[in-house]
Amino acid sequence: MPLLEIDGLTLAFRGAEGELPVVEGLSLSLEAGQVLGLVGESGCGKSVTARSIMRLLDSPPAVYRDGAIRFEGRDLLRLDETAMRALRGGRIGMIFQEPMTSLNPTFTVGFQIDEALRLHTDLSRPARRARARELLARTGVGAPDRRLAQYPFELSGGLRQRVMIAMAIACDPRLLIADEPTTALDVTVQAQILELLLELRARTGMALLLITHDLGVVAETCDEVAVMYAGTIVEQAPAERLFAAPRHPYTAALLASIPQLRPGVRRLPSIPGTVPAPGLRPPGCAFVDRCTRRLERCTSDRPALRVEAEHGVACWNPVP
Amino acid sequence: MPPALRQLLRDPVAVVAGAVILIMTGMAAAAPLLAPFDPDEQFFDGLSLEGAPLPPGPVFWLGTDLLGRDLLSRLIHGARTSLVIGIVANGAAVLLGSLLGVTAGFLRGAVGAVIMRFTDLMMAFPALLLAIALAAIFSPSLWIVALVIAMVNWVQIARVVYAQTIAIAEREFIAATRAVGAGPWRILLQHVLPHLVPTMLVWATLGIATTVLLEATLSYLGIGVRPPTPSWGNIIYENQTYFATAPWLVFFPGLAILLLALSFNLVGDALRDALDPTQRGRT
Repeated sequence: MPLLEIDGLTLAFRGAEGELPVVEGLSLSLEAGQVLGLVGESGCGKSVTARSIMRLLDSPPAVYRDGAIRFEGRDLLRLDETAMRALRGGRIGMIFQEPMTSLNPTFTVGFQIDEALRLHTDLSRPARRARARELLARTGVGAPDRRLAQYPFELSGGLRQRVMIAMAIACDPRLLIADEPTTALDVTVQAQILELLLELRARTGMALLLITHDLGVVAETCDEVAVMYAGTIVEQAPAERLFAAPRHPYTAALLASIPQLRPGVRRLPSIPGTVPAPGLRPPGCAFVDRCTRRLERCTSDRPALRVEAEHGVACWNPVP
Repeated sequence: MPPALRQLLRDPVAVVAGAVILIMTGMAAAAPLLAPFDPDEQFFDGLSLEGAPLPPGPVFWLGTDLLGRDLLSRLIHGARTSLVIGIVANGAAVLLGSLLGVTAGFLRGAVGAVIMRFTDLMMAFPALLLAIALAAIFSPSLWIVALVIAMVNWVQIARVVYAQTIAIAEREFIAATRAVGAGPWRILLQHVLPHLVPTMLVWATLGIATTVLLEATLSYLGIGVRPPTPSWGNIIYENQTYFATAPWLVFFPGLAILLLALSFNLVGDALRDALDPTQRGRT
């Protein structure tokens, strides 16, 4: 049984002009201890999917139309708020994109790490403090005692992200969701944070759901990759296979548009057109208008994700 | 000593303003001991031979009013009324407005809509008319006047706090706090409320001058504090038509209101800075 299994998740946002479908029939699975990269362009529904796992979206406006999110066999969409609260920060941890804004500016780092521990453990005050110190040390924050007394504004972006990670792993989660954890950081710090996440995975055996739009990050860190386009998964495969032989035309086009240090290439290939906005998606494959391999039926029938030998692709005419 | 308090005491402006507030409070509390005369007594020699009020002089330090009463004694006794109105009425308005604003902003949905539409209704209703209606129902006393003022003044505060609450609840760190498993009460009390304190402080201090003057308006209309009980507001109103001939009658109570309001504003400002960790240790 996979640790996390999303099955046909369909989710819409209720607005003034009716319901806007954001995620449509999304399925993916993540085994214990694995690193799964969820890649896609801005607005394709990655963050909404991540927040759905934590049930952080307010409902309404978010409406779950169909599907299930199973974590350790339990459907999170059917769990009550109390049980969900025990999972958040307990079995599932989450870190966010903006370390600048995801820490409360009015409390010290120590208070905020302590809060995570207070919510999920019965540890005494000194025990929690020792644990907080240990967590900071484990996430590579030097001089933990000084850091605990500092406010977020006194820390750099990289340090803040480390503090966020320390909070998220405070109770040894089985799954850590990282929503674009390195996007707001500069490149050297990015590499350090990714390295830290992988090291924590290796040490604790937790699974990691890494959400990103950066294929470079995926290539460096992930065991498995799921490519998202316009609210659904179009391809999921082990990372090496996906990078070596992408099957969905979108994935292939994405990989082709990565700049490479190669002489002779004059112009970087790009994908014509833009992602259709939610509500304006065609009835068939959402990629049809930008696809070079489209067939007649692509405009009318939406392809489902079909898995062959661990490589899933949702396309009527995949790249061979 | 908590760092915020230490920071506050290091600010000379705040210390002076705080001292002014303390002195005025002490003056109000010990009014019968401090006032040189009975505030309601009409002195025969408190008027000139033509029947005009006396300017400040050796006997009546701040002069006398139209009825020959000692202005200084009336100001000292009036501090009681004005402080009660300024602190109690305004404090109640801030509390009520904040409570309703936070509830509406945090719960949103139907409850929030009902509260905010009610607030809009109250806002559209002329405040003075409402105050007159309320004062007519209850017979005027100091506490009723305070209550009436609170009932009229909470509206703007509710709107501002509502907007602030929504803005804070949308901030990323609130989502992050939910992601570590915090429940709604913890989020509200521990993470949203502290961010509202600066707003509430600003309103609490700015509102003092407004409420003191609103009390004066009510007194002027005969529905405020009953004469001859003095308040700074009604001293100004009773005497404003004689401003050209007896300016001290308006100047001194005006100065008292200004000092009180200014002191509260300065203390509020300093307190807000002292509570903000990013400002701590800076000047």
